[in-house]
Amino acid sequence: MSEVIVITSGKGGVGKTTTTANVGTGLAKLDKKVVLIDTDIGLRNLDVVMGLENRIVYNLVDVVEGNCRIKQALIKDKRYPNLYLLPSAQTRDKTAVTPEQMKKLTDELREEFDYILLDCPAGIEQGFKNAVAGADRALVVTTPEVSAIRDADRIIGLLEANELKRTDLIVNRIRMDMVKRGDMMSIDDVVDILAVNLIGAVPDDEQIVISTNQGEPLVGSDALAGKAYMNICKRIMGEDVPLLDLSANNGFFAKLSSIFKKN
Amino acid sequence: MGLMDFFRKKNSGDVAKDRLKLLLISDRANCSPEIMEMIKNDIIKVISKYMEIDAEGLDIQITQTESDGRNGNVPALFANIPIKDLKQTNQDK
Repeated sequence: MSEVIVITSGKGGVGKTTTTANVGTGLAKLDKKVVLIDTDIGLRNLDVVMGLENRIVYNLVDVVEGNCRIKQALIKDKRYPNLYLLPSAQTRDKTAVTPEQMKKLTDELREEFDYILLDCPAGIEQGFKNAVAGADRALVVTTPEVSAIRDADRIIGLLEANELKRTDLIVNRIRMDMVKRGDMMSIDDVVDILAVNLIGAVPDDEQIVISTNQGEPLVGSDALAGKAYMNICKRIMGEDVPLLDLSANNGFFAKLSSIFKKN
Repeated sequence: MGLMDFFRKKNSGDVAKDRLKLLLISDRANCSPEIMEMIKNDIIKVISKYMEIDAEGLDIQITQTESDGRNGNVPALFANIPIKDLKQTNQDK
């Protein structure tokens, strides 16, 4: 049975696209047939994070307008044969697609794929409505910041209004050293405020920046963020995986400051 | 004194959490600033009948408070109304 999952956040820059790339790649690593759809028309990004920007011929708008068949627009990933990307159009805007067209598209893809992941644009306007239209469930990405959490709360309300079956929360860019100092809200604080099921937390890891530079998602790697993303994938598939101890892998500065604290 | 202040200072993480809690209550209640302003003006009108209050210093907000029942926290309208003079208007009567 296939599932359509929208990755959304309300606020921009909290890690929707990175999460989509990593969760999609992770599910493909776990032998699922996956397609990633970039629904951010006009601000195409998922292709560069996936490292597939040089292979684009057709895009989402071409498919919806009937300029090509779905299969022609799908880009096969260079690492995983069961992972595909449907890129967004760069020269159009959100009004080029309607929610009804998106629903029709995702329903067609259901026949072929196990997981259809939709990378949602920031905001709550047309782009959000398009992305949510065909979705069964949502992953809401937030960071432990006042602005991101406020927007996440608004998004969760809108998702409820759209009657999605399930909404899960990903707390991104958490810094355990700051949480310990009391200068960042903890994962529990965020979950407490938003009152929604937590499906995983991802540490603020510089390996993410490096992997984005290279266009290769780091899911499944030894980096703490890579492990965290892999656990999220397993939980999406229904596995019961305990939460990762994000403070286990303290960086150089954390070790340094702990030495000073002892003195 | 400085040292005591340092220890008493709230963690910024807690400050963020408290601010968010208040913010989300008014967000979720969909209570616009205009409506809050109207409530405020009405409160001033009513209280002013009985005592002289500092309309400038009046502060109202929607917060959370523990309910007497078992429903946990419930939204509450919190009003801080500084009184300038209690007796004056009473004596006039």
